[in-house]
Amino acid sequence: MIAQALMRRRERRVLPGFGLSLGISLTFVSLVLLLPLTSLVGQLSQLSWSQYWFLITDPRLLASYAVTLFGAGVAALFNAAFGLLMAWVLVRYEFPGKRLVDALMDLPFALPTAVAGITLATLYSSNGWIGRLLEPWGISVSYTWIGIALAMAFTSIPFVVRTVQPVLEDLPAEVDEAAMTLGASDGHAFRRVILPYLWPALVTGTGLAFVRSLGEFGAVIFIAGGKPYETEITSLMVFVKLQEYDYAGASAVASIVLATSLALLLAINLWQGRFIKRLHGGRG
Amino acid sequence: MIRIGDAPRVRRLLIGTALTLTALFLLLPLVAIFAQALMSGIDVYWQNLSSVYTLSAIGLTLLVAAITVPVNLVFGVFLAWLVTRFDFPGRRLLQTLIDIPFAVSPVVAGLVYLLLYGRNGWLGGWLDAHDIQIMFAWPGIVLVTLFVTCPFVARELIPLMQTQGSREEEAAVTLGASGWTIFRRVTLPNIRHALLYGVILTNARAVGEFGAVSVVAGAIRGQTNTLPLQVEQLYQDYNTVGAFTSASLLALLALLTLAAKAALEWRAARRETAT
Repeated sequence: MIAQALMRRRERRVLPGFGLSLGISLTFVSLVLLLPLTSLVGQLSQLSWSQYWFLITDPRLLASYAVTLFGAGVAALFNAAFGLLMAWVLVRYEFPGKRLVDALMDLPFALPTAVAGITLATLYSSNGWIGRLLEPWGISVSYTWIGIALAMAFTSIPFVVRTVQPVLEDLPAEVDEAAMTLGASDGHAFRRVILPYLWPALVTGTGLAFVRSLGEFGAVIFIAGGKPYETEITSLMVFVKLQEYDYAGASAVASIVLATSLALLLAINLWQGRFIKRLHGGRG
Repeated sequence: MIRIGDAPRVRRLLIGTALTLTALFLLLPLVAIFAQALMSGIDVYWQNLSSVYTLSAIGLTLLVAAITVPVNLVFGVFLAWLVTRFDFPGRRLLQTLIDIPFAVSPVVAGLVYLLLYGRNGWLGGWLDAHDIQIMFAWPGIVLVTLFVTCPFVARELIPLMQTQGSREEEAAVTLGASGWTIFRRVTLPNIRHALLYGVILTNARAVGEFGAVSVVAGAIRGQTNTLPLQVEQLYQDYNTVGAFTSASLLALLALLTLAAKAALEWRAARRETAT
């Protein structure tokens, strides 16, 4: 068996360039990714547990966790609904300008976040195009959680659309037909037949949108205004602490941000992996 | 054939809602950028555009992209070749590591570089003694941009090269082709479009990165300002027209990126129907 495994390995290496590509990849990953990340570990190791705990449970910081999680949650839910609608409309219907709308869905990834940030802040400020219309209703978006959620939602729009779209495209037409000829209403058939099929993609996309929203900085800070305890997001806290030359504090906050997003990303990958396995009868 | 949601009433309602929301959330901001930039007329727009600060920000932004894109292109191709053509222990781990920049907040990316190369950092003392300035200067901006953009090319190539398999390349080996010839004549034609798309994405992010760059740049006006940093600075100085002038350049680049993506997808779809 070992001989077989070795044979297979040799067989896989018929192609040239293993040593070179391994060398280049490892050097790059070590220098660009790992070395800087270990410097964070190094900085943190200078702190005792009680110091670390004190830094990460600072009341102003706790408030920023709440603001960030809430904003990202609202943004992810909005995108779950909006993304599902857009994917459905783009896959199932024909209408003039469809290709343009489809291309526009990627705008939030192509547009620099700082540009998105100042644009949203200007549009929704009390004398902006939209803010002016909302003000008589007593709704202020700038410097409130609504603005934070809005900016987070904008930058993560493509995630749900682009994960649901291909799955919906692959859905065989017979599925619809079977449901409809059995007499189900549109809404009922969608909930019972289509939604379970789209569910894994929808959850994955929403999860990715949530992770992205947690870490978003450029788009949010302008519209949020950064009032302590009210509209400060956690990545802004890293920035604030750096400006005060508080490297230990900044590193402690950064470790929370880093650990949360890595844990969530891992969870999404595992969840997705489990589902793919189920789809392929355990062989995945 | 009957399909769900095909009734004209449902169809109109859904398309109408989708178009309204798209116009409100995506189209309106795009229009607003150019409207704000041109608010005081085209003359002021040109004046802002040709100011020394804007020109030097454009220069630095181009420099960062000119270094980052080729480096990450080469790295992405080698990494994709490695993980799709060979089986070795740690292959999955390597693929996971490369996703870190996607998950990490850009501010944290900036911070870890500051901790490494900054004055109080691990290498800071040595760099200081040799009079090498990395943080608060352009090399720092290049380094963090490398960090945040390194997954793009590899992420585009890996799924494609995995489905294509290595049969064609193996055939070339048995015919006696050298490594470079195999890559240039067999692999490259197959991955051309994905590679180009990866480069476009890398470029868009390299030009537009803000969070990570703002940590390491230190904002010395005219010296370490990239375009996104200049946008922020002018906006904070209440120079709205100036901020949106620089923003309009970045928005223009974003539109070019979207157009290039649409063109690549259109060509791929056409080839698929042709075969």
